Amino acid sequence: MNNKIKRILPQLLTILFVVLVFGFFTINAQVNMDNRGIDFGFGFLSQEASFDMQFTLLDYDGQDSYLWAYVVALLNTLLVSVLGIIFCTILGVIIGIARLSQNFLIKNSAAWYVEFFRNIPLLLQIFFWYYAALRALPLPENAQPWFGVTYMTIKGYYIPSMIWENLNVFMSCLIAAIVTIIFIRIYAKKIQEKEGKQLPVLYISLALITILPLLSFLIGGVTLDFEMPVLKQLAQTSFIFEGGIALPPELIALVLALSLYTSTFVAECVRAGIQGISKGQKEAAASVGLTPNQILKLVIMPQALRIIIPPTTNQYLNLTKNSSLAAAIAYPDLVLVFAGTALMQTGKAIEIVGITMLTYLSISLAIAALMNWYNKRIEIKEK
Amino acid sequence: MNLSLNRIKSQNQMTNIYIGSALLILSILDVFLNSFFRINISGSLPGNLSIFFPLILGFLGLSYLRTEYSGYKFLDSLNKNINTTNFNAFLTLFITFAILKAFPPALSWMVLDANISGDTKEACTGTGACWTYIKVWFKRFMYGMYPNELHWRINSAFLLVIGLGFVGYFFKENLKKYLALYYVVIYPIIAFLIIYYLISGGAFGLVWVETGAWGGLSLTFIVSFFCLIFCFPLGMILALGRRSNLPAIRYISVGYIEFWRGVPLITVLFMSSVMFPMFLPQDFFMDKLVRVIIAITLFEAAYCAEVIRGGLQALPRGQYDAAKSLGMGYWKMHIFVILPQALKLVIPGIANTFLALVKDTPLIFVVGLAEIAGMLALAKTNPKWLGFAMEGYIFAAIIFWIICYAMSKYSYNLEEKYKTER
Repeated sequence: MNNKIKRILPQLLTILFVVLVFGFFTINAQVNMDNRGIDFGFGFLSQEASFDMQFTLLDYDGQDSYLWAYVVALLNTLLVSVLGIIFCTILGVIIGIARLSQNFLIKNSAAWYVEFFRNIPLLLQIFFWYYAALRALPLPENAQPWFGVTYMTIKGYYIPSMIWENLNVFMSCLIAAIVTIIFIRIYAKKIQEKEGKQLPVLYISLALITILPLLSFLIGGVTLDFEMPVLKQLAQTSFIFEGGIALPPELIALVLALSLYTSTFVAECVRAGIQGISKGQKEAAASVGLTPNQILKLVIMPQALRIIIPPTTNQYLNLTKNSSLAAAIAYPDLVLVFAGTALMQTGKAIEIVGITMLTYLSISLAIAALMNWYNKRIEIKEK
Repeated sequence: MNLSLNRIKSQNQMTNIYIGSALLILSILDVFLNSFFRINISGSLPGNLSIFFPLILGFLGLSYLRTEYSGYKFLDSLNKNINTTNFNAFLTLFITFAILKAFPPALSWMVLDANISGDTKEACTGTGACWTYIKVWFKRFMYGMYPNELHWRINSAFLLVIGLGFVGYFFKENLKKYLALYYVVIYPIIAFLIIYYLISGGAFGLVWVETGAWGGLSLTFIVSFFCLIFCFPLGMILALGRRSNLPAIRYISVGYIEFWRGVPLITVLFMSSVMFPMFLPQDFFMDKLVRVIIAITLFEAAYCAEVIRGGLQALPRGQYDAAKSLGMGYWKMHIFVILPQALKLVIPGIANTFLALVKDTPLIFVVGLAEIAGMLALAKTNPKWLGFAMEGYIFAAIIFWIICYAMSKYSYNLEEKYKTER
């Protein structure tokens, strides 16, 4: 009896405390909203947003609803995150491996790169790129082409855009190639387990993924044209580039800062992962007669990835959350558009901040769930 | 590749070394003269060849120098460290040349062509950096809009708080058991009172300075310091709650931790500035700075809790069993056996959390608090000082880098120290 009370009482008190806090806040919120004549509700989502966005992936103008503004802004956030993740992975892996190099110079430059970019607040890095470094770029009329067709100017980075014909044929070819590769992988694994033979899966995959889309050009009637950015004079001294895709400086500054900053953390994860494999593993594999390539592919990488992937995913998550710093340099991401402009216009503080937080929360929880599932899958099963 | 290069080598090792060092020195000399004195000795070569000339020369030189064993100490260490393979040699040259090329412009911008004299923008005549700007605005970057004649109050408050932080070192043996009590309960209260009365004033004959005037780097320290001392106890409770075997408490703790860890700090700050006032009673006014500190504390407590949980989990089960077998209850066991050991384990982790906290504080700029990033934005748009964004951000970056680098080295040392003691 005494034990039961000991178990139940603290729980009841905690729940009571939480309920009281929430109740207190709810009552206050109701009173406050009544006084200011605001009512709680999500009806505003279907109203006309009537503000404009500088940079969008989908078609958007001021006549669209707040809901559509939310979707477009969320896509902008995801665009920054995905670009950041791609670049920070490439940089991070290179730097992480460089830190383990035997070359004294390479090792130390990599170490200093990590120490340098990790210890400066991300916001300052974003500001530096946006307000200081990118402002030093040439005006459109003075811009020299990079790689012949792209232009880096103070107003953004202009690249040729692709004009597809019969894009769906091309896409279905690509998907077909990927599906075939997956099947071949499963088949190759079965063969290996049964007969011990190894199929050259990598070469087959590479061949498939180039040949099938190429075939779609030859047979499927797919054509690809490039639209080049062209300098156009608006007034006596004002020039712009027309045509092609324009990446705004906000996006460039954000992706640069995010990927440089996060790559230092990824590099540390990669280094820890590779160092975490004992030398004995490599030597044992070599003594069994595996070639260096096979050692890397079959012994080192599977074990190193097991150590590398969980913390790296955490860093990707951090990058996604940090992409909300976009609001500081007016890149139209979720926080700026929704928790900034939309909130200012509607005054629905609770709903809008709630939605914004829930969005990030669900991205985080989804990735965390995926991570747990992956961890369970790759766990070393000891008997 | 290696084979074909070996073929051009002479059989005589000394000849190889002479040719190799001559080529290498020539290539480095070329880049050096080019970047420091603008003399281009390979300029007569056609087209792109002059750009790649030193690279090719140095590459050949290094491959001539590469031998198993030469007997010269310097050459052998060179071969072992930076010249093992062709690829390594190439990277070595690339990095060396990049440093040689980047050094003179950076040096002339930062020092040689820079200006620091004078008090106005007109004093900056050189092509380099304008450190006059930093000099003029220095007090603003450090203290925000705090009245100039009252800066001694901020300085003395910081000195007092830091001094009190070191008091624990001088505790006598018989007082050691109160150390935790001092740091967790007494020190935060005293520090809060000192900062409140000394910096904001309003009592003891000190002039009242509203929090809107606080700013600059000192605000960064105030915010991160308070958040740290408040989030630590909260994090400890949450960590214990997450490991509790009472389901309601565990789920509430897990929910709290996962919620705050899942949202970005910037939305938390938005919440504190626009949403939180709606949740307070009608006539209750709370200062924006206080709201921000509460929000960051709640946010950081979740991270703190995870760090402390790591320490709790790292303790062997035997410690729990031993404490229980002595008849200790839950609280007795945790206060006397588990927490003292676990907290010692998590000190490096807490130091890292604090580092992250300091790096996150510039974000309060987004909700309108004039922390150093905010002061920079203000100074940059001042009509008298347009066009010096670069200097400002480099200055702030250097300051933050020094602080954060020192802290990360310190936490690394702590980690090493406690690793060996276990």
